[in-house]
Amino acid sequence: MQIPAQFDYVRASTIEDALALLDRHGAESRVVAGGHSLLPMMKLRLARPECLVDINDLYELDFILPEATQLRIGALTRHSALLESTDVARLFPIVIDAERVIADPIVRNRGTIGGSLCQADPAEDLATVCDVLHAQAVVRGPGGERILTMDEFHKGPYETAVAQNELLVEIRFPIRPRSGSAYEKVERRVGDWAVVAAGAAVSFTVDGSVDDVAIGLTAVGLDGTISEAEAVLRGRRPSEVLFAEAGRLAAEASLPVDDQRGPVDYKRHLADELTRRVLRRACARALETQTTTMQEG
Amino acid sequence: MQISMTVNGDEITRESEPRVLLVHFIRDELRLTGTHWGCDTSNCGTCVVLMDGVPVKSCTVLAAMADGHAITTVEGLATGTTLDPVQQGFMEEHGLQCGFCTPGMMLTARALLDRNPHPDDTEIREAISGQICRCTGYATIVRSVKWAAEHPAVEENAEEEVTA
Repeated sequence: MQIPAQFDYVRASTIEDALALLDRHGAESRVVAGGHSLLPMMKLRLARPECLVDINDLYELDFILPEATQLRIGALTRHSALLESTDVARLFPIVIDAERVIADPIVRNRGTIGGSLCQADPAEDLATVCDVLHAQAVVRGPGGERILTMDEFHKGPYETAVAQNELLVEIRFPIRPRSGSAYEKVERRVGDWAVVAAGAAVSFTVDGSVDDVAIGLTAVGLDGTISEAEAVLRGRRPSEVLFAEAGRLAAEASLPVDDQRGPVDYKRHLADELTRRVLRRACARALETQTTTMQEG
Repeated sequence: MQISMTVNGDEITRESEPRVLLVHFIRDELRLTGTHWGCDTSNCGTCVVLMDGVPVKSCTVLAAMADGHAITTVEGLATGTTLDPVQQGFMEEHGLQCGFCTPGMMLTARALLDRNPHPDDTEIREAISGQICRCTGYATIVRSVKWAAEHPAVEENAEEEVTA
C-alpha cells in the first residue's frame, strides 16, 4: 500500500490567500492542484512536503479566454476543459493533438495545465507545445506578477523559475495570423509518456512563404526549440524536400538516451519522421485557416 | 482533520489524517467496499468514483480534497431496488467476468451517458480507455454501455416525452 508521509493540509480560497499560505508554511510547503503528478510522487516518498496548499478552490484560475492577440488560459484549467474548448481547437490545434494523448480521460478530468508545466517532467507534452507556441507564463508572487518566456520558465528537469512563494497563474499563447500547428507522439501504450513526440507551429506571410516556424521534440533531452531545423523553412515555401531536411536536422540535434522506451537509433528515427509529419500537418492547417478566413472575408 | 462530504446523497463527517486517500477513506472509514483498490498508481481505474458527477481515480485524490464535494460510488448507482440502466446493462450483456474492474467501469459509463446519452462504440472505448479489464472483456463492456444507452431509466423517458 502506497501512503504519503504525514503532512499538513490547507486550502486556499483566493490567489492572495495561497501566496500567504505558501509564505507562512515556508520552504517545505507545496502547491497541489490536480495532484496527479505530486500525489504519486508523495506515495513513493519521492516528494515529502510538510504542507500541501490546495488551490482547487481558486476558480478564478480556471478559464480559457480568447483575446484579439492572445489566448489566455488559467493555470487551474483541467486538461479535459482544454480538450473540449472550441477556441483552443480553432486557434491552436496542437494543444488538442497533445491533450488527446496525455494520460487518459479520467486523469485529464483532474490534471491541470499549470500542474503539468510546474511538474516540468522532461517528457511533458505540454512543455513542447508551449515552447513552439512561444507561450508566456504569468507567475504571481508577493512582489506582484512576472511574465516569463518558456526559456525563462524551464530551468531543467523537474525545475522551473517559479519560486517557493510564487504561483503560476496563467499561460498566454500569442495568436498569429495565417498560422497552423500540430503535435504527434509515439507511445508504447495509450496514456504513457512519449517514446518521442514532435510539435511544430508555423505562420505564413501573405505571399505564402514561411514567416515564422518553431519545431520542438519531447523526451529526447532538448530544451527549447530546434533552430537548425527551423532555419531550413523560414522565408521559403513549404515542400516535402524541406520537411525532410528539417526532420533530418531535428533528429541530428536530438539527444535521446537508450532506455526501456527504446534504443537511441529508433528514437532518432522517430524524431526525424515525427518532425516531418507535424510540419506537414501544421502547414496544411495554416493554409486551411487562410482559405476559411478568405472565404469569410 | 475533520472531513465532510456528501456520499451517495448522505452527508458524512469523519476525523481523518490529511494523507488518507479518497479510496481508503471510502473503503475503510465508510465501509463502502464496492469501490475497489487496484494498482494504486492511477493506471487501472478500478477505484473510479464520481466527484461532482465527474469520474476521478480515488487512489490519486486525497479525502481532504473531496471535502465539501459530492461523491458517488457504485453503491449509489441503484435507486432502492431498481438498478441503474448501466448495472442492468452489465447483467444483460455479460459486462463482467471477475468483476474487479466493474464498479469503476460502471461509474465512468454513468458519467458518459449523463453527458452523451447516445455514444457510439468509439466514444465508449475512449471513455473507458483509462481503465483496465484484466479479463479483457472490453467487447461485452462496450455492449453493456450501449444496452444502457438504449434503455434509459423510466424518469428520463418521462422527461423526454414531456419535452417532445
